[in-house]
Amino acid sequence: MQDAAGAVVAFEHVTKRYGRSGGPPAVDDLTFTVAAGEICVLVGPSGSGKTTTMKMVNRLIEPTSGRITIDGQDVMSLPAVELRRRIGYVIQQVGLFPHLTVAENIAVVPGLLNWDKPRIQTRVEELLDLIGLEAGSYANRYPAELSGGERQRVGVARALAADPPVMLMDEPFGAVDPIRRDRLQNEFLRLQDKVGKTVIFVTHDVDEAIKMADRIAILQRGGRLAQYDAPAAILAEPASEFVEHFVGADRGLKRLSLNRVSDLELTHPIVVRAGDDRAAARARLRDGDGAGYALLVDAEGRPIGWIDDDELAGGGTITANAARAGAVTVEPETTLRDALSALLGSSVMLGVVVDERERVIGLVSVESISDRLRQAGSPT
Amino acid sequence: MNAGEPFIRFDWIIDNLDQIGQRLGEHVLMVVASVLIGFAISFGLALLARSHRWTYGPIIAVTSTLYAIPSLALFVLLIPITGLSLTTGIVALVLYTLLILVRNIVVALDGVPPEVVEAATGMGYGPLQRFWRVELPVATPVIVAGLRIATVTTVGLVAITTFIGLGGLGYLIINSGTRRFFPTSIYVGVALCVVLAVVADLLLLWLQRRLTPWAAAQGR
Repeated sequence: MQDAAGAVVAFEHVTKRYGRSGGPPAVDDLTFTVAAGEICVLVGPSGSGKTTTMKMVNRLIEPTSGRITIDGQDVMSLPAVELRRRIGYVIQQVGLFPHLTVAENIAVVPGLLNWDKPRIQTRVEELLDLIGLEAGSYANRYPAELSGGERQRVGVARALAADPPVMLMDEPFGAVDPIRRDRLQNEFLRLQDKVGKTVIFVTHDVDEAIKMADRIAILQRGGRLAQYDAPAAILAEPASEFVEHFVGADRGLKRLSLNRVSDLELTHPIVVRAGDDRAAARARLRDGDGAGYALLVDAEGRPIGWIDDDELAGGGTITANAARAGAVTVEPETTLRDALSALLGSSVMLGVVVDERERVIGLVSVESISDRLRQAGSPT
Repeated sequence: MNAGEPFIRFDWIIDNLDQIGQRLGEHVLMVVASVLIGFAISFGLALLARSHRWTYGPIIAVTSTLYAIPSLALFVLLIPITGLSLTTGIVALVLYTLLILVRNIVVALDGVPPEVVEAATGMGYGPLQRFWRVELPVATPVIVAGLRIATVTTVGLVAITTFIGLGGLGYLIINSGTRRFFPTSIYVGVALCVVLAVVADLLLLWLQRRLTPWAAAQGR
């Protein structure tokens, strides 16, 4: 099935006041347009109305004045229930239905839309495949039988089920640890490359915003739009003191988040496997370009750890537990900032770039990152 | 107990199987009827309490008061209306189930995780669909747990209806047992009450497992 591309979401003078009129607005006269197929990240401190802004799109909250349109159609012109079935919705705590299996959870919105059974089943299998969960072993599990990361992925699949042009994501990766968050972010970016939805994504984390966004809307207290621009532009030219302050003093460092590992020219490690001859491995290590380490991988090509000359001494073959230092892995979608941080924590100062199946595809070093920055020119 | 009389008179049991069976049937009927009717009323009251929160306090106050009325007094109040009938017995038993069931259903529905409700709303369930297809199924294990308590309690309470000539197994205990100093009848009544309570409880537990296979996964 061809996924429908995104739709244009436009906010026109949208204001939300809670309680009786006269109180301070939670969202104040917002006007901006999210282009079709873009990820727009709403970011701001607490009380800036970012979640309220997002929830007005599917009318979990209704605006006091102004209007929101999706491809030109006013969201208030449809019954709320119908509108919501056309908009994907992902929340931080996921909210999978505990009494339904993974497959039944994903099938919810297609079911509400009265799709026929075979079509729903095909779609469920397609989505499980898309999020990398094997239908055979996952379709009939209950949410309680999944890991946190798996639940989050099923949550995304469930939101994509009826192929909505627009997705709303409320701090979707906020409840997982940093390493798993990086994985889930990367996975979502790869997914978005395939599905091209218009995504409105709420976070309070500036680094996440820079990484995920095509365009960032920075909101400030009282629900006013402080700046709406591409991440690079916001880092280069913050529109106000508030933005400058909110983005942080380390803007130069944050610019590292604008580039990803996939932007680098990867070098290739000397790869050895358990069972290889030690003497031959030593020879390759000497002829190599001087890093002085060989990377030990398992039968599937997944990294185990680093081996140096000393550990290769003697005859015989290499054993699977020969590696002394563990390998730090990054993915092509990992930002240079996160990659650098990971490298600095590695004893060999090298990061192993792995694909979705965790197979080695190259190496990053501190030098390759700084080369990239030099090419990009010094920060303005 | 007369001297020389055996501990249990099995001959009496065999001679009176008919009466024992009839009392057991009466007991089961009263338990099932009262719990079913009590559940239906409690469900309605719980929905009212959830849609209009202010009614929850008064509902609990009234059902607590009913729960606290001694059974004799309750019969005195009911007999002028419904007479010495099965209806009177069942009305009394129903009133005693309300407190347990109303509170339990409200707690069960309140216990549905807010993110589940939010996700359901955000995905486009209407309020009624959301209630029947998400909130109620998720609340079911806790609701059935309350039903089990109410059922076992009612099995014990049926005996009070002996005062109005019913009593189920309680009749065997109080009328033919205690009043006529005939222990065998007491033993039979008590033993069957216990068996009935255990069987009813296991039956409901089985029902809950069947209705909510996912709850077992959650406990793991």
